[in-house]
Order: sequence, then structure tokens, then C-alpha cells
Amino acid sequence: MNTIAPNPKRPWLSHPRIRKVIVPAAIAVILLLLWQAVVTAGKVPEYIFPSPLVTLNTLYEDWGLLGPSLLFTLKITLLSFLMATVVGCGIAFLFVQSRAIETAFFPYAVLLQVTPIVAIAPLIIIWIDNTVLALVVCSTLVALFPIISNTTLGLRSVSPNLLAYFKLRQASRLQVLWRLRIPSALPYFFAALKIASGLSLVGAVVAEFVAGTGGSNTGLAYQILQSGYQLNIPRMFAALILISLTGVVLFIAMSILSKLAIGHWHESEN
Amino acid sequence: MSINAVIKAFDHSEQMLEEHPQNDGVAPAIELLSTDKVYNNGTRALLPVDLKIKQGEFVTLLGPSGCGKSTLLKMVAGLEEPSDGRLLLWRKPINQLANNGRTLSFVFQEASLMAWHSVRKNVRLALELEGVKGKEADERVEKVLKLVGLEKFSEALPKELSGGMQMRVSIARGLVIKPDLLLMDEPFGALDEITRYKLDSDLLDLWQRNGLTVIFVTHSIHEAVFLSQRVIVMAARPGRVVADIKIEEPFPRKAEFRMQPRFTEYAMQLHDCLVSASTEDEL
Repeated sequence: MNTIAPNPKRPWLSHPRIRKVIVPAAIAVILLLLWQAVVTAGKVPEYIFPSPLVTLNTLYEDWGLLGPSLLFTLKITLLSFLMATVVGCGIAFLFVQSRAIETAFFPYAVLLQVTPIVAIAPLIIIWIDNTVLALVVCSTLVALFPIISNTTLGLRSVSPNLLAYFKLRQASRLQVLWRLRIPSALPYFFAALKIASGLSLVGAVVAEFVAGTGGSNTGLAYQILQSGYQLNIPRMFAALILISLTGVVLFIAMSILSKLAIGHWHESEN
Repeated sequence: MSINAVIKAFDHSEQMLEEHPQNDGVAPAIELLSTDKVYNNGTRALLPVDLKIKQGEFVTLLGPSGCGKSTLLKMVAGLEEPSDGRLLLWRKPINQLANNGRTLSFVFQEASLMAWHSVRKNVRLALELEGVKGKEADERVEKVLKLVGLEKFSEALPKELSGGMQMRVSIARGLVIKPDLLLMDEPFGALDEITRYKLDSDLLDLWQRNGLTVIFVTHSIHEAVFLSQRVIVMAARPGRVVADIKIEEPFPRKAEFRMQPRFTEYAMQLHDCLVSASTEDEL
């Protein structure tokens, strides 16, 4: 005789969504506790390696300095991320129109990717008077390649049968692009956004290091440099933590955006 | 022979075709006149084929992998260019199909649905690309979904459907534009046998009710016997037509037909044809 076992209530911790948040958060807490314990037990001076509590305290006390710097770095990051997205998608659309265009220009896109930004940033800063614009351009160059590369790949990765189907229905190039290529490319595009958002931040910080600007245009990189000169290591750690948290928040934002846009149909978001 | 003479002879043959339909009075919907296919890399996919398919006929292309049956089907659809010979649909070159007021649909081996669209939107897209919109499009989509038994799943996404249901959506997408010619490239090849039998019967029902001309590609002998009025047997290396066999069994064909001795006889005949063609290859 077949009997159906009663379905036991699922433990709340086994829920995938909760696990996705709880597990990394638990690891973060453990690492912070370990960090605090090592520094306290070893009596490590704060100008060598500040504890999490000291860093947190510095973050609170120096917020008047660090807050505006965070906003400045965020402004450069978001502007360059937006610019990289717009320019990258434009170039990808152009590449998909013809293999000849792609073959002719793709090596130059690769050139942008492989040239270290620290090597060309001084030139860009000399050429462009406006510091904010110069930093945005530097950061855009860092974030651009994944958008071009992934979006081009996505626009080309269309099911051959669906493409044949659109051909049979005598669809125009615009219809194929709008109704088939763009939706097919979305998973690739959102993967690129996740990478590019982090690279925009890296680009912004590196460009700030090279520019080394003072006055009102001071980002977190400048605060790190200054803290280094003044041996204010807790502030350096506080600035570093702000940069890391910004990167994590950007990644989470892109993941949520991706989930909202393609989560209902694409398996990568399940 | 000068080029002018060749063109004159060509025009004359076209005129003859238009003036003299087939002797049995039913005009051919599809005519392949010494049509062959050689790919750019030199691979000969298909030796010259001469074939006429009548309006309303259900014809199956049967053969092993690599015999050129899909290539032949794609040439009829205009997805592949013939290397030589002529291919006419309703007595006109394929690029004049729309001018003829005729349409064709192609059902692929995979359902090939747009994963981001619901069933209804997948089917409706075919109409939107044809310029049919609004209430008329909605009504036609609803009707065709009812026809394939998916009216209750119109808002489902493809990933929420079984393989058989996805294939029904693909067929609905093909039928919604009311095609004169339905081309099907091993559409049920990836399905389990029970689903396949069911879809075979449904397809025959749709064919009879809508007066379609169907070319169906398969490598299943039993499917070919059950569905077809004519089976074009093909062989590989190089791809070629080796036999044209009529299945003279009345319609509607019920599932019991599969159990009858006549069914087995036809299946044996097709099997022998395929075996002798492959033996010729080996020799």
C-alpha cells in the first residue's frame, strides 16, 4: 500500500533566499569578530592595523570629510557607468549590423581594454580641463569593454531557428533587432552591467589617484592618499571600507535590476 | 547556344508550365525542376531533384541523417538557395510568393519559442509581423490556440510547458497566419512516443480541416506511413530521392491503422527502399 508521508515544515534557514543573505552575512560577522580578536589579543597599534571598532569609530567621527568624498566618487562612478553603458551598447549595435564593421573595429576595443588606465590617465587629465569630465572619461574607458563585448555576443547569440522564422515572415532589420536580438541579448547585457558597475568604481578610484585633485573635487581615493601621507591608517581603512561597500551595493543593485528584467523567463536568475 | 536563346527557351518553358497544369487537373503547389544544392565548401548536399507536390497534398520526406531532406525543405521555404535548377511555388519563383497571395509556414525541429513571451504573445507575433493587429489578431490567436488545445495556457511562459505543449505552440504560430503551405522539419523528433502519436493524429486533423499542403520531414518510417499520402524516400552521400511511394489509405486515419497489416506492409516497403539505397552506397 502506498502511503504519503506528511510533508514536514521546511526549516526557515533552508529557504534559498534567506540562505543567500544569511550565509554571507554570518561569514562577515565571523571575520569581523576574528579581526577584532586578533588585533586586541596581539595589541596591534592602530597606525599599523586598526580594529573594526576603531575603523567604525573613525567612519563616524570623520564622516564630515568622508561623506562628501563618497558622494564625489559615487558621482564619477555612476556617470562613467552610464556613459559606458550608452556608448558600449551603441558600439555593440553597430558591430552587429555588419561583420566587416566588427572585424575592423573590434581590435581597437580590445586595445582600450588591455591598455592600463594608469598609463593613459595622465594624458587624459592633461587633455581635458574639466577634472570631473577627465575622471569620468578615464573611468568609462575601464568599464566600456565588458559592455561592448557581452552585448555584441548577446545580440549575435540568437537562435538560428528564430532568426530564420523572422526571415520567413519578412521582418525588417529593425523588427529583428527590437523584437528578437535585444531580448535575446538581455541576459548577456545584465551580466556585463554587473562587471561594468564594479569596473566603473575601480576606474573612478584609479583616475582619482592619478589626478590627485584637492579642493572640492576630492573623492575617496584622495582621502586614502592623504591618510597615507598623514599615517592616519584608521581613516584609510574607513575610506577603503566605503569603497568596498559601494562596490557591493552597486553589484546588488545590478543583480536586482537583472532579476526584475529577466527573472521571470531566464534560467540564470532562478 | 547563345545566351538569348537560353533565355528564350527558359521563358518558353515557364509559359508552358503556366498554360498546362498537371494532367490530373490539380495544379502543383510546389515544383522542383532539377533542383540541386552544393554548399560553398564543395559538399554536395543534394543531387538534382524533380518533384511535384499538389495543392492540398500531405507529403513526407523520409530518409537517414544527411540525406538532404532538411536542405530540400529549407530550399522550398526560401531559407536556402538552390545551386542549380528551378523551384516554383504555385508556378512562380519563391520570391514572388507574397505577390501570389500565398503564404507558407515553417515548423522547426525544436519549438524555437521566444522564452520572454507568453504563449499568446509568441503566436501573436506572427500576425504582428504580417501587420495584423488589434482585435482581429486577438481573435485569430484565440481561435488557433483553441485549435491546438492550448486556450487555457495562453498566459503561460514556454518554460512552464511540456515539450509536446511547446511544439503545439510552435504549430499554432505556424497556423495563425493561415498558410497555404506548411513545412515541418522533424517537429516531433524529440518527443516521447505517446505524445508523438497524439500530435500525429492532431496534425492530420488540422491538415484535413484547413486544406493545407504539408511537407513533413521525418526519419521515422512509422510516422511517414501514418501521416502521408506520398512518401518521398531519400538516401544519403550524396543526398538524393530514391523512391516516391503512395500510401493509399483513406482519411481520417485512426490510431488502429498502426495495428493493421497494411500499415506493416507499407512500413516494410519503405524499410526495404531505405535498406537497398544504403546498400547501394556501400557498394
